[in-house]
Amino acid sequence: MDSNKLKELKQRAFNVREHIIRMSTDGGCFIGASLSCADLIVYLYDSYLNVTKDTLKDPNRDYFLLSKGHDVPALYGTFAEIGWIEKERLKNHLKPNDFIYWHPNRNIPGIEFHSGSLGHLLSVSIGIAMDCKLRGQKNKVVVVLGDGELDEGTIWEGALVAAAKKLDNLVAIVDRNHFQANIRTEDLIPLEPIEKKFEAFGWLTHRVDGHDFEKLDETFKSVKLNEGKPNVVIADTVRGKGLPSIEARADRWFVNFKHEEIEMLLKELKGEEEAKLTSETIVAR
Amino acid sequence: MTYEEILKKLVEEDERFIVMTAENRAAIRNLPNQIGDRFIDTGITEQTLVGSAAGLALRGRIPVIHALATFLTMRAFEFIRTDVGIGNLNVKIVGGFPGFLSDGNGATHQSIEDVSLMRGIPNINVWCPADEEDMLLGLETVLKDDRAFYIRYNNSKPAISHNKNFEIGKAEVISEGTDVAILVYGVLLAQAVEAKRILEEQGKSVRLINVRTPKPIDEEQILNAARECKIIATVEDHFLSGGLYSIIAEIFLRNQITAKVLPFAMDNKWFKPVLMNDLLEYEGFTGRQIAEKILKNF
Repeated sequence: MDSNKLKELKQRAFNVREHIIRMSTDGGCFIGASLSCADLIVYLYDSYLNVTKDTLKDPNRDYFLLSKGHDVPALYGTFAEIGWIEKERLKNHLKPNDFIYWHPNRNIPGIEFHSGSLGHLLSVSIGIAMDCKLRGQKNKVVVVLGDGELDEGTIWEGALVAAAKKLDNLVAIVDRNHFQANIRTEDLIPLEPIEKKFEAFGWLTHRVDGHDFEKLDETFKSVKLNEGKPNVVIADTVRGKGLPSIEARADRWFVNFKHEEIEMLLKELKGEEEAKLTSETIVAR
Repeated sequence: MTYEEILKKLVEEDERFIVMTAENRAAIRNLPNQIGDRFIDTGITEQTLVGSAAGLALRGRIPVIHALATFLTMRAFEFIRTDVGIGNLNVKIVGGFPGFLSDGNGATHQSIEDVSLMRGIPNINVWCPADEEDMLLGLETVLKDDRAFYIRYNNSKPAISHNKNFEIGKAEVISEGTDVAILVYGVLLAQAVEAKRILEEQGKSVRLINVRTPKPIDEEQILNAARECKIIATVEDHFLSGGLYSIIAEIFLRNQITAKVLPFAMDNKWFKPVLMNDLLEYEGFTGRQIAEKILKNF
């Protein structure tokens, strides 16, 4: 990856994080989980997914699905940055005149399918991937799973089926931010070693720093789409990445910040002083 | 044509049809060899079956998915509701051995809340054929309809020859009468036919209605029955709550009318897991038992 590209992606990810912060008020959003996969989503839409605004209905496009739907601000922020939706539209977050809320909705261009209930979109992706194969198409299906989402039995049901059906056009990405809602995954239902689990289920596995664009690029270039096995990329990430005041607090996964806190967080993102947050996590989501 | 032959024909005629199962091949045993890669078996994974069917439907396919009615509608309920229902996707959900047809399996296998569960989901319709002939009469129409359907698969031997005009949302009026109207869906039509014969011997005129599609329901025929008949009997191999009895209660309330209704359904309990004839007798669903209870209520 050349230095200009790297600079461009870093700037875009910064802008996406600004969008996420701005969506964390007037109702709030799942800020921590959105920040953890922002770099990943920016990278995928720039360099990995073969889909553009003009090919959103093309059956030969690559598919991208967000199974951990609560990080959708990262996706909408990316769509705004790459020109799929107007930046102004993000202000419609939680407004009755639009479809922008805490989980993805198919009325937004680029959203392939709604999610919100964990453990669904791996199987939906399997259906899409099976059909691409049936039709002899070369496109790929990429689905992002949360690490906490791996608790769901349907992930492992799907892992069996994807391998059995030899879906090498399917790439699952685990946003490994080490937290589920309010607790560290390893303190509740330990997931490691994740690669070995998927490997035992018949998948090709990869592990990468989910915030390092160059390493993401190397890893995704090494994903083999013709070996008769589905691929999983475990992307190690930090929940709240970019905002030390969020990173430090395990429980700041859903917060409805005050307007003045948003201004502080935007400064914190630029590397200025750390925000002094008083809003607490709303745990009842 | 048989069930399998109709599916095979649709698969050959229309590239959208895909036949799927969660390793429950009772109804489609011969299809894997006949339709090749248009047959997909996901293994014993009802949820992945439904989720992947949603994915196929997103790609423009019409998956016709098969599993035991209980596990399909209950294990995978949230997938049906969340992926097929919210997504408003055209998936045909075929439940095997529904209601009393599970006979000796036990309560684990008794899908007697399936009609209630499926009709409660927006965008999902429900068809309960009375027997094999009734099912084959409507199959092509339902599968070609552009809405999602839950289908209670029923290949039992027909008790009567059916009206060939199958229309979604239209009940089959088997006989006209004004003393008693028997409303029935599914396999218990045979017992309703026998009840009608006994009632007629006793001089009662019987309106027998095969509901066919509990959703969309034929509201007009139900209102006519309420207005024109002295007693209405609802007969269903389902819990009392949420099925036909509830459906007509909702219709009556909506239309501000009432009627004398005698329900035949499982009232807050599962049925005795024995073979069909013993089950009917034990639970009070034979034609004779139905007729006797109706006669007592005149």
